[in-house]
Amino acid sequence: MRREIREKAIELFFLLNSLVVIIVLIGIFYILLSNSIPAFREIGLNEFFTSARWNPTSFSKIEYGILSKIVSTLMITFGAMIFAVPLGVATAAYLSEIADPKVRQILKPVIEILAGIPSVVIGFLGIVLLGPYIARTFNLSNGLNALNGAILLAIMSLPTIISLSEDAISAVPKSYKNASLALGASRWQTLVKVTIPSALSGIIAAIMLGMGRAIGETMTVLMATGNAPRMPSSIFSSLQTMTATIAIELGEVPHHTTHYYALFAIGLVLFVMTFIVNLVSDIILHKYQEVE
Amino acid sequence: MENQYKLEVKNLDFYYDKFQALNDINMKVPAKKITALIGPSGCGKSTFLRTINRMNDLIENTHLTGEVLFDGNNIYAEKVDVVELRKKIGMVFQQPNPFPKSIYDNIAYGPRMHGLKNKEKLEELVVESLKKAALFDEVKDRLDKSALSLSGGQQQRLCIARALAVKPDILLMDEPASALDPVATAKIEDLIADLKNNYSIVIVTHSMQQAARVSDNTAFFLMGELIEYDTTETIFENPSDQRTEDYITGRFG
Repeated sequence: MRREIREKAIELFFLLNSLVVIIVLIGIFYILLSNSIPAFREIGLNEFFTSARWNPTSFSKIEYGILSKIVSTLMITFGAMIFAVPLGVATAAYLSEIADPKVRQILKPVIEILAGIPSVVIGFLGIVLLGPYIARTFNLSNGLNALNGAILLAIMSLPTIISLSEDAISAVPKSYKNASLALGASRWQTLVKVTIPSALSGIIAAIMLGMGRAIGETMTVLMATGNAPRMPSSIFSSLQTMTATIAIELGEVPHHTTHYYALFAIGLVLFVMTFIVNLVSDIILHKYQEVE
Repeated sequence: MENQYKLEVKNLDFYYDKFQALNDINMKVPAKKITALIGPSGCGKSTFLRTINRMNDLIENTHLTGEVLFDGNNIYAEKVDVVELRKKIGMVFQQPNPFPKSIYDNIAYGPRMHGLKNKEKLEELVVESLKKAALFDEVKDRLDKSALSLSGGQQQRLCIARALAVKPDILLMDEPASALDPVATAKIEDLIADLKNNYSIVIVTHSMQQAARVSDNTAFFLMGELIEYDTTETIFENPSDQRTEDYITGRFG
């Protein structure tokens, strides 16, 4: 009898904990949504999403268009993936298929530690190291631009992509590889034609998670991309992402003004974007588990 | 006389780290015959099979001494291209292991890896291989479906077809029917009997009935040693070694 009560109490304890987490998450979403709605009402969806001008404190014409910020965010996110995907998948393949087990045992934790480097440190490197280098290499007046941000975000998403891709590649049944090798395929052919395709859904999920991290990253891009709130014209343009705008402006904006609500609305759009990325990766992962 | 034998194994020792799994194996495998390897679990018969196409190379901390001559050439000589060797010596594994690809792509995999790009020739080869493996009629309408949708027995015949598509000389089979039900097993055995006209087959089996039914010659392994190797009839009717007789009659194993 007493044991039953204790079991019930423990059950209740865990239930309460998970309820708290869920309530907090729903609460965050509620605050985001309720503070965004006035912005949409006052600015209008049309201007908000299709105008590239963001001028909330102008004396002549106040404008709240976030198109340039969406484009900036997508540009450096996809730019980052162009660097990170080939590099990450190749590293994962090397670790799981080619590297000596001892090498892997050292390298994998080292790469995972890379994920723990604070973003402000990465941003710092962007300013003092990568920025001047880009400026010199491409003969630009300054190197704080989209390319700089994309490279830094690539570095930041690499640990996620490498670690999860490596798990996916290692999980490919050995029997597939044996079958391929026994047919007279080389190791390289086996890797490219059997192992990686078999792990593809896991690799895609890893890429999506890495991308989710890149989209939401704030400090690094704020420091390294030049903070120019305008439409970027090339990878050498300075730009300002959605996250950077919120981080810079929310501290100084008067509360309950249109500007204030507009920043929440940017947060909501950002949330929807990362949600979609996470959802897609989740669906892919599920599909992957069903096949197994 | 010499070319009647596809394989000639001389003084073969094989070690997993310090454990000796094969001890001084000497054996000649005749061409276009079925050679069965029997013996209790852990006797080295599967290890021996894998030395023939050097699949043991993939296991770490193993080494081997002695020679395996394939058409007179030592496959463990230094300049041997293992990839080329495995093209000529195909293998079917214990568990059916089709790739998670379509039936067609499974069969086409080997030829494609070896550079066959012509679509018509590839399709011809796929159909021919499936027919040889007695699977074509069952799958001809769904070649684009996943190989994983096939039954276990069909998957194993698919794996045989996949091995045949590379046009090997020798086909190694590692207990190819042990994961299958009796009906599927019977089909595989019929298939093996048909294949012997064109291929030299070495089959590992722990079913003595299977060895007796399908093979021409039988080798009995025990504790890493080749105890007796003779025609299947002799091994089962009139073995010369007491240990062979004990195993055949079911006194151990």
